[in-house]
This record gives sequence, C-alpha cells and structure tokens, in this order.
Amino acid sequence: MSEIIKVPTMAEYMAQGKNPEVLFWVGCAGSFDDRAKKISKAFARLLNNAGVDFAVLGAEEGCTGDPAKRAGNEFLFQMQAMMNIQVLNGYEVKKIVTTCPHCFNTLKNEYPELGGTYEVMHHTQFLKSLLNEGRLKVEGGKFKGKRITFHDPCYLGRANGEYEAPRELLRKLEVELVEMKRCKSRGLCCGAGGAQMFKEPEKGNKDINVERTEEALEAKPEVIAAGCPFCNTMMTDGVKNKEKEDSIAVMDIAEMIATAQDL
Amino acid sequence: MQYIPNILFLIALALGVGYFTKNIRKIIRNIKLGQKVDASHDKAQRWRNVVRIALGQSKMVVRPVSGLLHIVVYVGFIIINIEVLEIIIDGLFGTHRIFSSMGAFYGFLIGTFEVLAVLVFVAVVVFWFRRNIQRIKRFLSPEMKGWPKNDGNFILYFEMVLMTLFLVMNATDTPFQEMNNGNVISQYIAPLFSGLSEGVLHMVERSAWWLHILGILVFLNYLYFSKHLHIILAFPNVYFGRTNPKGQFKNLASVTKEVKLMMDPSADPFAAPADGAEAPAKFGASDVMDLSTTQLLNAYTCTECGRCTSECPANQTGKKLSPRKVMMDTRDRLEEVGKNIDANGEFKADGKQLLGDYISTEELWACTTCNACVEACPVSIDPLSIIMDMRQYLVMEQSAAPSELNVTMTNIENNAAPWPFNQMDRANWINE
Repeated sequence: MSEIIKVPTMAEYMAQGKNPEVLFWVGCAGSFDDRAKKISKAFARLLNNAGVDFAVLGAEEGCTGDPAKRAGNEFLFQMQAMMNIQVLNGYEVKKIVTTCPHCFNTLKNEYPELGGTYEVMHHTQFLKSLLNEGRLKVEGGKFKGKRITFHDPCYLGRANGEYEAPRELLRKLEVELVEMKRCKSRGLCCGAGGAQMFKEPEKGNKDINVERTEEALEAKPEVIAAGCPFCNTMMTDGVKNKEKEDSIAVMDIAEMIATAQDL
Repeated sequence: MQYIPNILFLIALALGVGYFTKNIRKIIRNIKLGQKVDASHDKAQRWRNVVRIALGQSKMVVRPVSGLLHIVVYVGFIIINIEVLEIIIDGLFGTHRIFSSMGAFYGFLIGTFEVLAVLVFVAVVVFWFRRNIQRIKRFLSPEMKGWPKNDGNFILYFEMVLMTLFLVMNATDTPFQEMNNGNVISQYIAPLFSGLSEGVLHMVERSAWWLHILGILVFLNYLYFSKHLHIILAFPNVYFGRTNPKGQFKNLASVTKEVKLMMDPSADPFAAPADGAEAPAKFGASDVMDLSTTQLLNAYTCTECGRCTSECPANQTGKKLSPRKVMMDTRDRLEEVGKNIDANGEFKADGKQLLGDYISTEELWACTTCNACVEACPVSIDPLSIIMDMRQYLVMEQSAAPSELNVTMTNIENNAAPWPFNQMDRANWINE
C-alpha cells in the first residue's frame, strides 16, 4: 500500500514552534513488527481523518522498558524510562496516546514516580473520546452484523480496568459482539506478557496462545478483535495453528474502524 | 469442691488463649522479618476494601457455588460465636445460660444460631464432597498432596463436630427445652435422647457443653498450624493490599538512585563510597527476608483455595508455575526461618533460601505477569509481586535470565527496541 498518511514528528513541530494536541507513542512493535506497522498506519489514518493534530517521536522514541522490567531488569527499565522522560519533558508533552497496552501501562503508571507525568490513553480510549466529541464517525460498513469476539489485553483490562472502550467501539461498528467464556476481568492472557513474547515458553502441555485461540474459536467469530500488537501476533499464530487463517481474521480495533470507513 | 468446674474452665481458657497469643506473636515476629512497607496512603480506600472485599466477601461470589456456601459458613461462624461469650461467662461463674433472662430476644438469638448451625453443617458437608468426591481440579494440584489436603479436611471435620455438639448441647438441655424459647432445631433432635434418664441426659448435655468449648479452644490453636489463619488475617491482609492499578509494578528506589547517578554528567565516575556509607541494597528477593511485610502477611493469609492457580494461564497449559504454590512455599520457608530463630535466638544461615530450595526458576520464568492470580484472590494476595521480586534477583544479582531474554535486553540497551533494529529507522513505517 502506498497511501499517503501524514505523520509529523515532534522535532518538526518544535521547529515550527508548535505543540501538537497529542503525542502518538508508536512503540517498538508498532515501529518494527510488520503486522503491527499496519495497526500504526490504520490508527494514523484515523487520526488524519478526524483532523487530530498529532506527532510521533520517530527516532527519538525508545522502548518504554516494559519487557525489561517484567523480565526483572529494573535497571534497564529505569534507564529507558529516564531517557524517554527526558525527551518527553523536553518537548513538554502533556498527552500521549498509544496502540500498545504495555507502553500505555508503563507510561501511565510507572513513569510518574520517575518524573514523567502525562495524560496517557490507550488508542481505544482515545478513539472513543473522538467519537464522543463527534470528530470520528464509526459505523458498521463491512463489519455490520458480523460475529466478532474481543480478546482483552491484560495490560488494558485487568491491569488498568478498561474493558468498555474497545467494546463500545465494536458496538458502534454494529457487529454482533460475542464474548468468550473467559472475558473482561477473567480474560485469559494471550501468552505474550511478562517478556514471554521474547522467549520460548517453559515446558508445558500446550501453548497459551493456542489455548486462548481455541476459546476464541468456540465463539465462532469471523474476526477476533484485539487491542494490543502482541496479542495480535499471538492470536494470529494461534489461528494459523488451528489452520483457520482463511476464514478468521485477527484485527486491531483501529484497523477495523479504518477498514469500515474505507480509509 | 463445687468450684472445681469453674477452676478447670479457667485453666482451659487461659491455656487455650495463652498458647494462641504466644503463636500469634510468633507470626507477627516472622512477618516483621520482611522489609517495611509504607501503607499510610489511601487510608479511605483501604477501609473501603476491608468492608467490600473482606467483610462483604465481594470477590468470593465470583464463583457462585463456593462463594455462597462460604458466606453461609462465614456468617455462621461470626454469629454463632456470640454464643461463645455466654459459654465463657457460664463456665467462669457457674451460671447456666446467663443470657436467657433476656426472654424472647434470647430465643431469637439461639434460634438463629441453631438454624445457622444446620446451614453451616450442610455447607461444610458440601465442601467436603467437593474436595474429596467431586475431584475439582484446583484441589488436586501437586502442591495439595499430603498435609495441605488433610489440613483442609481436618478443618471441615472440626466444623462438623462443633456444630453437632452445639445442637446436641441444646437438645439435651432439659430446662432449655422446657423453656421452649429458641429451640427451633434442637426440639427435633431432643426426641433422639428421650429414652435416657434425667441423670444421663444431664451428663450428655454437660459433655457436649464441655467438648464444644474445648473444641473451640483447640480449633483456635489449630489455626496457627493450618491454612485456616485466613479467618483472622484476611482482614489486615486486605487492608494492606494494593490500592493502585494492578499493572503498576513498584519502581525500585535503590535502582533509581544508581540510574540517576549514572545519568548525572557531573558525577565522579571514580568516586569511592564515603566512609560508613550504607552497603548497596540487594536487588530483588532470594529469600523471605528480602520480601516485604505485606508479602509475608500474604503468605500466612493464603488459605490455599487455588482460585489463583486455576486462573493462571501458565498453570492451565501445563507449566510448573502455580501462584498458590508460590504463597505456600513462602510461608513454609518463613516458618522454617522462624523455627531457626526459635532454636538459635537469631537466624543462623542454614544454607537454604526461598529461591531454588522452594521455588524453581522454571516456575518464575513461566509467568506472563497477566495479573489473573491477583484478580482471582478473594483476599487481595499478590503472588505476582513475589515472582517479580525473585526475577529481579535472578537478573540483577545473578545475571541468570534465560538466554533469549538476555538477547532481548541487549537489544533494548543497544538500539532501544527488543529486536535488533536501528533506532534511526523507527519512523520508517510511515513511508513504507
């Protein structure tokens, strides 16, 4: 795809002596992972479409340190945090939106104590606020009436108590929202958290993402909706493991809204 | 001579309460081996949690069957214990049913106790069935073999016996039955004893009375050796539980100090520590003394219900990790350290520690930090925080992370992403 999306950097804004409404924290997955890049683009298109004045840090962004912290490397986490906080505070950033619940949690909860206090929103929360302000229109389009199940990311749901924003967006897409047996506060992890994304799982009798995908398949969805690039990867792998990739898509909610709008 | 029962009662009461107090002090001493925590913030929230989660059992009913049965036992336990007050007064002063002069209200109270006693008995039988016949998975985990399984059953037997004794005591109490005030259940049990002579009936009543109160005192002292401590510790444990979002893991202050120093351009890189400077803090936890007092209180509070383990994604997919086992191991090790102190006056190194001797690295590395265990615990125990503290020790003190994670961390260090991509390419996605 070679569509034009407008994604300015903070440095460009700074050069013009301006401050954007919100900083889009892209995250490592959103920047480098081929699948997650599509989510970044879809979200950027939605922001463009809604006329949101936003910027990214680009090369000045670095890992929030979440995987390092959850792996037990507090040292590396705090190094990353301090460096990012220097950059963010240097640009006088007030509000951050991110498509990654891990970045969201770390920026929101763990940075303030280290000197970085911002209003941090997950992209589903931000899209919901755009919707409420009338800046974003969400309607069914090609998802109208389709069976969709939503997989709660641990770091959005249990970790931060946000279960409704993604579901509200899905309802606006006029989908038939079917919940999995384990959902919301009892939702099952996709298996990627706690730095598991970056290592082989410990010995067991099943991979967690397969267990979760099997549960999702029980809901007989056409699309498994996700709100996290890592969940997205894990569920996509799970669907492939079950050889269902031709009939069931795993999509981020931002991608679904962008697709529905033909963006 | 007529005061002998009173004196015997006093001795039994003093022994029972005294031994219990001694052991509770030991628990407090052991908990204080942990690192101090500041719980002075969010007081209003803490009290709300105690009311809602501990008193109100709000998290128990997430699983309706065991939750509702537990509420029956819990309410029964608290209310029936009002009766213990009367028993103690009667026992000490040789009176008989001292409160019965309250008339109709007494009848109402005893009637309520009797109904609850039956309900508790039924609930406890169902619990026994669930543990022993129904083969519910969370009661069959490897860590539940042996003592933990027996412990669970002993508690249920205790409760069955105590409830039976309470009802028998009322049923065989001739004056109480004649009063016909509050014997809503026991009046149907009384006919079972109708063949007995007055003297034998009185002996049965006295025996039931004595066994009931002695049973309560024994049960009280059993708590210390059992998982059943939660009936007391659940309340302080919920009070000290977390009040911030579950995703917020604590930032180590000792690390902040070092990182700030490292990033300070004016810091002297060759500076030697000042004379008498504090030794650098140990990062993370390898033994119970490195954990916080809250985490140690958590360990004593755990009643091994296994809701955490049954919600754990790692455990459900056959990994070795069980959050319940993490809590049981922590308590076992803490008690071992406590016994060491009892024997030696102070802790003498015993060549053992929580990490490795109790909790393996395989268990620690299986955790996805998803917080399902924390969410599931009905009394706000946080097994995840212990797992994290031990991972910190492994990584920062021993450099013992799994090799793939070392690669990930090196990537983050070198190019600010967990994968080997150049930081300068972070915005390339925009134009791809």
